[in-house]
Amino acid sequence: MAALGPDTGPALTIPKDAGGESLPPSGAATATTGSAATGDVTGSFWHRFTLGRPLAALIIQRLGLSVGLLFAVSLMIFGGVEALPGDFATTYLGQSATPQAVENIRKDLGLDRPLTERYLSWLGGAVQGDFGTSWASRNSVSEQIGNRLGNSLFLAFFAAIVSVPLAVALGMLAVQFRNRLPDRIINVVSLAAISLPEFFVGYLLILFFAVQMGVATFPATVYDGMGFTDRLSAIALPVATLVLVVLAHMMRMTRAAILNVMSSAYVETAELKGLGAFRIIARHAAPNAVAPVINVIALNLAYLVVGVVVVEVVFVYPGMGQYMVDAVTVRDMPVVQACGLIFAAFYIFLNMAADILAILANPRLRHPR
Amino acid sequence: MNLRSIPLSAWIGMIGIALALICALFAPFIAPFGEREVVGDIWLPMGGDFLLGTDNLGRDLFSRLVYGARTTIFVALAATVISFSLGMLLSFTAAVTGGLVDQLFSRFNDLMMAIPTLIFALVVLAVLPQQLWILILVMAVLDSTRVFRIGRAVALDVAVMEFVEAARLRGEGTGWIIFREILPNTLSPLLAEFGLRFAFSILFLSTLSFLGLGIQPPAADWGGMVKDNKDGIIFGISAALVPGAAIAGLAICVNLVVDWLMKRTSSLKGGRGDA
Amino acid sequence: MPETSSATSGLLSVRNLKIEATSYPPGEPPKTVTLVEDVSFDVEKGKVLGLIGESGAGKSTIGLSALAYGRGGASITGGQVLLNGKDILALDRNGIRGIRGCKVCYVAQSAAAAFNPAHKLGEQVIEASLRHRIMSRAEAEKRALYLFQVLGLPNPESFGDRYPHQVSGGQLQRAMTAMALCPNPELIVFDEPTTALDVTTQIDVLAAIKHAIEETHTAALYITHDLAVVAQISDDIMVLRHGKTVEYGTTSQIIEAPREDYTRALVSVRQTKRKEAGDQSDRLLDIEHVSAGYSNGFKVLHDVSMHLPKGQTLAIVGESGSGKSTLARVITGLLPPSEGRVTFDGKELPKALSARTKEELRRVQMIYQMADTAMNPRQTVRDIIGRPISFYYGLHGAKKTERVRQLLDQIEMGDGFLDRYPAELSGGQKQRVAIARALAAKPELILCDEPTSALDPLVAEGILNLLLKLQEETAVSYVFITHDIAIVRAIADSVAVMHRGKLVRFGPKSKVLSPPFDDYTDLLLKSVPEMELGWLEKVLASRRMESAGN
Repeated sequence: MAALGPDTGPALTIPKDAGGESLPPSGAATATTGSAATGDVTGSFWHRFTLGRPLAALIIQRLGLSVGLLFAVSLMIFGGVEALPGDFATTYLGQSATPQAVENIRKDLGLDRPLTERYLSWLGGAVQGDFGTSWASRNSVSEQIGNRLGNSLFLAFFAAIVSVPLAVALGMLAVQFRNRLPDRIINVVSLAAISLPEFFVGYLLILFFAVQMGVATFPATVYDGMGFTDRLSAIALPVATLVLVVLAHMMRMTRAAILNVMSSAYVETAELKGLGAFRIIARHAAPNAVAPVINVIALNLAYLVVGVVVVEVVFVYPGMGQYMVDAVTVRDMPVVQACGLIFAAFYIFLNMAADILAILANPRLRHPR
Repeated sequence: MNLRSIPLSAWIGMIGIALALICALFAPFIAPFGEREVVGDIWLPMGGDFLLGTDNLGRDLFSRLVYGARTTIFVALAATVISFSLGMLLSFTAAVTGGLVDQLFSRFNDLMMAIPTLIFALVVLAVLPQQLWILILVMAVLDSTRVFRIGRAVALDVAVMEFVEAARLRGEGTGWIIFREILPNTLSPLLAEFGLRFAFSILFLSTLSFLGLGIQPPAADWGGMVKDNKDGIIFGISAALVPGAAIAGLAICVNLVVDWLMKRTSSLKGGRGDA
Repeated sequence: MPETSSATSGLLSVRNLKIEATSYPPGEPPKTVTLVEDVSFDVEKGKVLGLIGESGAGKSTIGLSALAYGRGGASITGGQVLLNGKDILALDRNGIRGIRGCKVCYVAQSAAAAFNPAHKLGEQVIEASLRHRIMSRAEAEKRALYLFQVLGLPNPESFGDRYPHQVSGGQLQRAMTAMALCPNPELIVFDEPTTALDVTTQIDVLAAIKHAIEETHTAALYITHDLAVVAQISDDIMVLRHGKTVEYGTTSQIIEAPREDYTRALVSVRQTKRKEAGDQSDRLLDIEHVSAGYSNGFKVLHDVSMHLPKGQTLAIVGESGSGKSTLARVITGLLPPSEGRVTFDGKELPKALSARTKEELRRVQMIYQMADTAMNPRQTVRDIIGRPISFYYGLHGAKKTERVRQLLDQIEMGDGFLDRYPAELSGGQKQRVAIARALAAKPELILCDEPTSALDPLVAEGILNLLLKLQEETAVSYVFITHDIAIVRAIADSVAVMHRGKLVRFGPKSKVLSPPFDDYTDLLLKSVPEMELGWLEKVLASRRMESAGN
């Protein structure tokens, strides 16, 4: 997973000059394309809204896009999967099942109902937080997920708390020493780090800290009623693994984002005004670098949510990821679909947050003409 | 370009890739034992009769590593080639045709990318039968979404250049425009992207195998070997780390070469090669 | 003054300046290039020195040396830059900071990029004055207001509260001048401050700058490639080429009695090269009531009609946004018109490119402004020129090569260029190859979209001469799109003036370019700087008279 790292997720890239110096013809074309697509439906009101409050309009558009995407994803996860070859009942019972047994199990699981009906009832349940019953354990999927989702978020949250400040600091350090030794070292080390698979990092840490030095616990078991500090010490190694995996990406992207700002003409202007280095960075570079850096962070958090899957399996940590992987091995479809939808929802939400923060931080959109 | 201008890091990367390729191609001649041959006690330490020790079933770890190179590289490469061809074809078509086709392809691609790759793969592999070609295809299709995005961006960059417009005004067909005008000008970034996709494929395949959804035993592949030997970790047996290190090593080597290619591309464009 | 070369009591004295840059070409050891060599000049208090030259002449690099700044990889490796007799190159970091934004200020070519998008204009204008503790906030704001007024900015009281993206390009350029003047510096470096602007905007900004530096008695280095512009504003002029001084003298000496050939070539006004042909021959191109716009409903052309006889040249003049390039796209079929039609040689052309036949495409060829992007960098000259030959005429092998040689000969380039790539050609050579590619199709009409505006004046002259020669040889017609009135005078038979997507004026050159004028053509013609001392004052004076008359 690591080589890809976070990418920009579901699209809608904001045009760089949105609402900016829009000279006709091309500038005007980009400024109004956003409304051109939706304008037909909602008419001139939406058009006027876009012109008057471009910020609000863009954010509303982005929110709408996310909802639409989530809906389409649910269709794909349910409908697309059903359309693939392979009959669940046969798989469920094994190849030797009698036709009668297959028939019974189909009825049992509700597979004899038409596809649309099943999808609608599944979606209706999902919206209310009911994901049906697991085929394997016959337990409520939502109940199981409820416990495990909390565990996964706990893990991801601490990984984020450690990695975000560290990544931003290292990125700034690399910019400060650009093309000098510290930068080169950070570059090579981070390049190596993004090439490491999560499980390799995980087992390396286990072997070193848990087995040989005995300072950490493995497996990372948590249970209800466990004290907070105990929990923390249990997740120390998984958090460390996630941090190592996500750090390199975030740092490289932060460095690129800051460098981009530092090489701009307005930073040169600031330098030619004879301002001090601190003033240039704090007053002229930082306000413009905040947006891209926040964007980087949000994208990496989205990546982190997915990264927990492998890490949970490595550390036998009772989270969503492990639950999903187990379900996939036994082909427990309700669980797989529920987990898939929830993971996708987090991913879409964080990507949306990244985009909206970028829109909010754009002075051209915040102060329309 | 001369050989001396290639930086040390890129050399290391290329040597590493070459080593892995040699292992993959000449596995039967290099490996001292068979792929599935049980040769001794389980989890024997490194050194002695067995260079890297034995695995959880008493098979020679080094031999399995060599054979594993074959499976891992073959599957990853096949998936990358397919994903690349598919992604490039669709993205260039979208970029050159524009209009409705572009909209359709791009929106569908956005949808595919809205689901994280690993999660998508898990959902799909839960349904499909466990066969090698299916695995390759799933990896390829999922990965082609990323290729599509970059391919479209690169092609659009070039497609708006005036020499492409000039070719259009001359009356050239889409084929000429794609292969003679656009493709030659996008080779460098695309080569780097291919490397990146390959590195990703190696890691992705290993992750799937590690989760038990990739290549099925008893065939040796690096991710599966980590899974086989992971229980030894608690006893301080590092057998699982050896294939893990092989995956990391190969991925690092590929990334080193890619890093150099990208720097070269950006300096050709006149950029300073930062970022 | 130019004649004095010993140390003077001037404000800025540059002595034997040498500037080098280190580049890191991929695959080769680092290279050191000399950008500027042995340049010396003086600027006295309150005087303006113009630095003029082609792109790559090192003029911006010299200008920035007055702030002890090297852009990119450039660094000052020799000579002295004396400000009030003190060498600023010998100063430490803090010393240099004390000079920048305090004693010497800078106005960049692109104010749009040079202003920080995150802060209000007013804050940025007064920032240097406050940080260098030159004045209190109240004083600085008062001075900014005064400068906004002097520079003729609209609503000077509230102008500072706006963000850079909220004002126009011309206003930004003036705001940047205000920013430079605010700390009351002794010297301002103007780096092509009007180059990115349209002619009609340029004249206002130029007048504002001139007025402001006179009012505040600030000395200036004015960098530009346009001799006519610098003649209006400077006391002395230094002509640069390839990083070296060509000629250095007072403005009147340079303009009226240039000594060097190169300067003479720059000064010489373009001669009328083509006698206007009458309208008696058959019409080749007929544009009737054409309107066009983009798919989102933004209309760029409104009911435009014009025509062009065979073997003649139609010049379309206008500023950016006038729709002149859009009209070219309509003629080529890249942008199908929403109304109206284009008739070529008596037959209506299909609106869309895809509907046109190969033969129809062959007869209309195009030459672009940027030859760099108009040619595939991965193809050799042989392939670039050869493709239309094999595409339209099916010639291959030796026959094709023979024809390519012929064409190279026609554009006054030799066989030696056959296997070169575009990157190995100079700007002028690239444009010649582009012309040869157009000629290879043996077209009847060539659309020229500003083919000389990206070239240095002398090279542009050569291209124009070549185009005229080819017209005589092959009787090809040109539609020549340009913003440069001097070129129109030199080569056109008929002229169309466009403004905001509408045709303002059309007819034979002699009629269009002589009075009585409509308002826009009048403004346009009067805004084009002329190589004449005191031209700016004359124009401004006549404007004042007109407004008084109204």
